[in-house]
Amino acid sequence: MAITLNINGQDKVVEAAEGTPLLWVLRDELKMTGTKFGCGVAQCGACTVHVDGLPVRSCSTPHDFLEGAKITTIEGAEGAAADAVREAWEASDVPQCGYCQSGQIMSAVALLADNPNPSDEDIDAAMSGNICRCATYVSIRRAIKDAATKL
Amino acid sequence: MFSNHPDLLPKVLRGAPPPETSSPIVNLSRRGFVTASGALVIGVGLAGCAPAAEPPAATTDAGPSPLTEVVGGDATPSLWITIEEDGTVKLTCHRSEMGQQAWTAMGQILADELEADWDRVQIVQALGDPRYGDQNTDGSRSVRFNFHRLRVAGAAMRSMLTTAAAQAWDTDVANCTAEQGSVVNNETGSRMTYGELSAAAGTLPIPAEDELTLKTRDEWRYIGKPMPSLTVPKIVRGQGTFGIDVDRADMVYAVLTRPPQVFGKTGSFDETAALAVPGVLQTVRLPDAAPPAMFQPLGGVAVVASNTWAAIQGRDALEVDWVDGPNAAYDSAAYEAAMFETARQPGRMARNRGNVDLALEDAATRIEAEYYAPHLSQSPMEPPSATAEWDGDQLTCWACVQDPQMTRGVLAGILQIPPENITVHATWLGGAFGRKSKPDFVCEAALIAREVGKPVKVTWTREDEVRHGYYHSVSAQRMEAGLDENGKCTALLHRTVFPSISSTFDPSNTGPSDGELGLGATDTPFDVPNLRVEAGDAKAHVRIGWLRAVSNIYHVFAVQSFAAELAHAAGRDQKDYLLDLIGSPRIVDPNAEGATYGNYDGPADEYPIDTGRLANVTRRAAEMAGWGRTLPEGHGLGIATHRSFLSYVSTAIEVAVDADGNMTIPGIWLSVDAGTVVNPRHTVAQMEGGTLYGLSNALYGEISAENGAVVQGNFPDWRLMRMNESPLTFEVDIVDSNAPPAGVGEPGTPPAAPALTNAIFNATGVRIRRLPILGATGQRLTLADRQDT
Ligand code: FES
Ligand code: FES
Repeated sequence: MAITLNINGQDKVVEAAEGTPLLWVLRDELKMTGTKFGCGVAQCGACTVHVDGLPVRSCSTPHDFLEGAKITTIEGAEGAAADAVREAWEASDVPQCGYCQSGQIMSAVALLADNPNPSDEDIDAAMSGNICRCATYVSIRRAIKDAATKL
Repeated sequence: MFSNHPDLLPKVLRGAPPPETSSPIVNLSRRGFVTASGALVIGVGLAGCAPAAEPPAATTDAGPSPLTEVVGGDATPSLWITIEEDGTVKLTCHRSEMGQQAWTAMGQILADELEADWDRVQIVQALGDPRYGDQNTDGSRSVRFNFHRLRVAGAAMRSMLTTAAAQAWDTDVANCTAEQGSVVNNETGSRMTYGELSAAAGTLPIPAEDELTLKTRDEWRYIGKPMPSLTVPKIVRGQGTFGIDVDRADMVYAVLTRPPQVFGKTGSFDETAALAVPGVLQTVRLPDAAPPAMFQPLGGVAVVASNTWAAIQGRDALEVDWVDGPNAAYDSAAYEAAMFETARQPGRMARNRGNVDLALEDAATRIEAEYYAPHLSQSPMEPPSATAEWDGDQLTCWACVQDPQMTRGVLAGILQIPPENITVHATWLGGAFGRKSKPDFVCEAALIAREVGKPVKVTWTREDEVRHGYYHSVSAQRMEAGLDENGKCTALLHRTVFPSISSTFDPSNTGPSDGELGLGATDTPFDVPNLRVEAGDAKAHVRIGWLRAVSNIYHVFAVQSFAAELAHAAGRDQKDYLLDLIGSPRIVDPNAEGATYGNYDGPADEYPIDTGRLANVTRRAAEMAGWGRTLPEGHGLGIATHRSFLSYVSTAIEVAVDADGNMTIPGIWLSVDAGTVVNPRHTVAQMEGGTLYGLSNALYGEISAENGAVVQGNFPDWRLMRMNESPLTFEVDIVDSNAPPAGVGEPGTPPAAPALTNAIFNATGVRIRRLPILGATGQRLTLADRQDT
């Protein structure tokens, strides 16, 4: 069934089976592969996107629930928080393999957009849904604090 | 050699059971593998050859290369460097980029001697091709193996560019200096860029190694500096192509169901419900697997669909009757008990000094302890994924593989086509940790694509990755020691029992290999008068494979835990006692004591086991941690030290345990001596990541089997460390060293687990001898129950 999704500010008509998670519509239909698959069961955060500004696990969100919503992916993340996060991530080379980092960045951007001065507990609460097997956690925490100083 | 007889071709049958005869895939794959391996070291003259790297055009060589056989392999400049007219410098990275920053490190080494402008550097990922020599991105040795030859290649290209400039200016080469992408005429001050010079330089003969002057250390511009990553700017924008991101025109998507047990077989199956899922196109049955496992696919049935989600849904709807195979009885609990039975009997002597039995009899105090560590899964965040495309008899694959060259050889064997007909592109790897050095998933894609007649992307779900892996070996170890009346250790016996990685290639290997014993057992550096290392057999029932740091993980858990247990028995401080065990600065040679020790293929004169360096990192880590300071109630500091992959690492960890057994890790302090370090920033990252990888596994990691099948499936029951469980403080100290470069990707991992359990002991008095510490569901240390003395 064809529906229209608003992704990174653009309306896209997509044709996918009912219930297909947004993740696979992004990756396989729209060829937007910045959003990653890690577990498929909302446990790792690799697939995190923003829906109306809130971080959502796209692997577990049927795309057909999202008509009328504003979807933002790593490719389209912009604004003060996104700029600060990217700058901080690059300044200290946070990513190792980088595979989890689209999701880490989307979670961090959502955190900072909502709370420009997060405590360690705030960071734990916002970021613990994002697994990094390269274990860049120490760098991520530091970079979030760096980014916060720019906001 | 590559017979095309149809009976020899592996059979891939669509939707129908295979004939009763077992698949011929096994012997063929094995032969193919051996053939491929044998071909790895052939060097090829490169005159006039384009680099295999894509996509830049070749800088062709004007004559034969005198640099094909320098230390480390072929250093012919055109193999590694292409300079375009606009000044862009394209550098070939023949190692896989998996987060260890291979692109940046290889680029730094080449660019430094080349005097390239870092801002003009681009990396081109090499194809799998024997011309590069070893491409197996494994063993923490990309820098070590290639440091010299990449410097030579860069210096040779710099020399040719400088000569070209001298000729253009009609001056002496001595008057010309290469400097950050240009050559300067020292007499006139004029400059020509590398882009302007590249065509002329390409017509010059390649200088021999003895005509080159490599830079001195103080002239290094990039080596040893915290150069920013060449991948990160792409990563933070969602760019870059991982294996799972590959897209081809007209591509279809496959997900497989595989026999729950290794060498289980596919019986009958009903595809009706699978084919009814919207988007599902067909099923493809793969040949059953048979020993040796090697890198062949596990068999089972693929569901091919127009997108990944449909393929997953189709796979779930498939009804398959699995037929038990020879590993149906594998049960982790029973296996653990059997391994400890073996560990209590004398084993194969792997190293001997003095007479441990007599010394134990004479000891004032005898200590015994047994340690268990379970199977683990590598679990890179990107699960295995590969795309394959056939064009007539030509196969092209794109995959997240640690060794595209070996992958090509394996594919040639399994598909029975010449390797020349196969192109393997290594994509970025979303983590690997040893899993992606096994290209079974690429073979699946190739077999399915041949059947389907379209490009096929195979995606492993997380459940596939957890249940059908090449697992880190399960192990049981027994330690015995004798102390004299002063608490000094006079005798040390280490018995280690585990199924070997070598069983994956030859099932008749039922005992630990010398290579695995050399990872933390036979290389024990302790200065004790009587020392014996013994190995006991254990037959493998799953595919055993490499995982970051390999056998070092369980061996160091036992050895460094036991060192702390001896300290406690002697009434001594953990760190002081460890330093006493390490002893005075000296060189240790296990081979002089009956070991067959390979030293990570490092020459003993360049890379000896140096106890002075080991003690040094131990003292430095302890000092950073403030060892000896007064700690808050419930806190403890622990330490562990180990040399692996030719690097020396000591890790001190502070834990805090509350009265309910809730544990946190306030801080970690690590000192590493990795010899010459190419990039300190990324070395710090590897130490942090390697340590937390080890802690994640030690705290939660356990892969277990029942009825031959792996029990765990996804992150709820295969638990990994998260942000809220990671330390707030992590400090890394890199020892300044002129020693040859050693490894950094793996050496951070082995000390992590024993440093943690030693800290827990100091905090609580609880000695952990069985991993994982908490397990997937454990939320806290159950203090009373864990006192398993
Ligand atoms: S893939 Fe969505 S949370 Fe893991
Ligand atoms: S950077 Fe590799 S998984 Fe996070």
